[in-house]
Amino acid sequence: MKRIALLGMPNTGKSTLFNRLSGASARVGNWPGITVDLMSAKILIGGHIAELIDLPGLYDLHGFSDDEQVVRHFLSNHPIDLAIIVLNSSQIDRQLSLALQIKQLGLPTLLLLNMQDEAKRAGIIIDIHSMSEKLGFPVAKISAKYGEGCPQALQLAAQKLNQALVQIDPRIVATKLEADNQIEQEMQHIVKQAVQMPIKLNDETTDNIDKVLLHPIFGLPLFFLAIFLLFQFIFTAGKPLQDGMAWLLNVIRTGALEPLLADLPSWLNGLLLDGIFNGVSTVAAFVPIIVLFFLVMSMVEDSGYLSRAAFLMDALMAKIGLDGRGFVMVLMGFGCNVPALMGTRVMRSRPMRLLTMLVIPLSLCSARLQVFLFMIASLFATNQAAYIMFALYMVSFFTIFLTAVLFKNQYKSIEPFILELPPYRFPTPRQIWLRGWHEVKHFLQRASKFIVIGVLLVWAMTHYPTDVAPASVSTLAGQIGHFFAPILDPIGIDTQLAIALIFGFVAKEIVIGSLSVIYGLNGDALSHQIAMNIDWVQGMSFMLFTLIYTPCLSTIATMKSESKSVAFMWLSIGWSLALAWVVSFVFYQGTRALGY
Amino acid sequence: MTELNNLNPGEHGVIKAIQAEQGLHQRLNALGFRLGKKIELIRRASFNGPLHVRIGATDIILREIEAKRIQLHLA
Repeated sequence: MKRIALLGMPNTGKSTLFNRLSGASARVGNWPGITVDLMSAKILIGGHIAELIDLPGLYDLHGFSDDEQVVRHFLSNHPIDLAIIVLNSSQIDRQLSLALQIKQLGLPTLLLLNMQDEAKRAGIIIDIHSMSEKLGFPVAKISAKYGEGCPQALQLAAQKLNQALVQIDPRIVATKLEADNQIEQEMQHIVKQAVQMPIKLNDETTDNIDKVLLHPIFGLPLFFLAIFLLFQFIFTAGKPLQDGMAWLLNVIRTGALEPLLADLPSWLNGLLLDGIFNGVSTVAAFVPIIVLFFLVMSMVEDSGYLSRAAFLMDALMAKIGLDGRGFVMVLMGFGCNVPALMGTRVMRSRPMRLLTMLVIPLSLCSARLQVFLFMIASLFATNQAAYIMFALYMVSFFTIFLTAVLFKNQYKSIEPFILELPPYRFPTPRQIWLRGWHEVKHFLQRASKFIVIGVLLVWAMTHYPTDVAPASVSTLAGQIGHFFAPILDPIGIDTQLAIALIFGFVAKEIVIGSLSVIYGLNGDALSHQIAMNIDWVQGMSFMLFTLIYTPCLSTIATMKSESKSVAFMWLSIGWSLALAWVVSFVFYQGTRALGY
Repeated sequence: MTELNNLNPGEHGVIKAIQAEQGLHQRLNALGFRLGKKIELIRRASFNGPLHVRIGATDIILREIEAKRIQLHLA
């Protein structure tokens, strides 16, 4: 099978092209010696089945960041039949250096000049024939976002694949990677002859938007307003979807599953309906809101606004020992902490990376979000819900700041902060759809795996031994809850909630599912039962604890693999548990002392 | 002659020297900071935040402390 590597600088739309070429067939590949996940896909190209690998974005082959190391390591150890380089047409004057570096390796190469649409608007004219002649390999213009030029580019790639009969030995590539010469001059020479660039680019739109969004006084308030409105939109638009989903699941239960399973022995019926179905459906009711959440998140991420957020927040973040990028990671952590942790790879200084990794698990991820949506709906009036949710986000920020301030002296760093501001881009529906779908698939995989196993375990623990009342103090679950009572009583968390918290350690998606199994109820009935069992102060204390303590096993595993330090992983677990307990304790005892 | 951090928004200069160790130098290079290039200061973030500069078609943000390492001819 032919192997094609996709290379390019960050922010050139390389992954957009990859998604376009691979459709939905991409998977995470496993490459010896490479610890990061590389996406790869099998595509049909000119009669060949070829494996397309999306290598991490890099500025040059000789850098020292993790991503650059990964690409060097890959090229030095895996033979490839074609290197497709993706560059941003409007920045061709400086990005061409990467193409020249790859040319030096002697690999069969195809250069794609992406973002033709932007370059055209900016008045940049590139003579691809002249450039191709000088470079010695084919060059094509494309717009990966809109798909323009992609079929032609694929044809060129197919031709190139047919020509290249012998694979270059990666060991030769490895030796050449060591050599670095003359690239600067050659680049300037080619740009001078083949590219016409207007002195001042007329990218007025981005400039005008920046004038407002990066305004010295209004920039920050506007940013928070924008985030607030986005969340408001998610919850307003998500509520009817969520109700519809709950209704549908109820119909499935009463209309189909109950009659169908009526003849089964009662324990099996209970396991299937009150165990698995209740648990899974309680979580599934939140899927529409999570889908919406990720769609909005991916739009914001692709728009270029996040780098602006880094610009606006950097001064503040510097005071707590982090930088603007750390703030962006925290925002990404609102979706899921795991990719946010991996995103810290862009930081080169280890102390700064560790400090950022220490605060990311405190950002209120989408899995916790559904726990809160459920608890708030159960315990608070509808008109209070938005304020409680807002307060929880504020607590999330507060714990992040507190943690960074407390630990910044342990993790002092002198990491330079230099970041490119891409022009604003409005993602196409297809891009949003692909991105959103990817996130949703990931969420569902995770959720279904953990939830089914989780609810089964909870069901077993709340029904064993079999001769006592389910979920009572005498069951296994009750005894475990009883065991933790001395620590959890002072923060108002009862036995049932304690079980949910223990399982929440695995993944927050299980929390509501396991409450549903513990009470043997789902939907509104479960909400009523919870409202009868605990008051709002206990509920709030439970939510605070859920917000702050370790998000899930995946986060812990990522923490360990990214920091390459078991001690750091334990520090993170220990700190978040201690902080969660202290915050809940202060809140619970304080509120009780005030007479609530 | 002055340093990048001394520019006012709207002013520009030509890069004369970059005083940075190898790693930072390389990174600045890759982002388009090269000798002889024209550079414009677009804006500063409030509270002594980063500077927003433009080299050719590329917009970059960097902190004061890094900007100080870039020496300019005033054009």
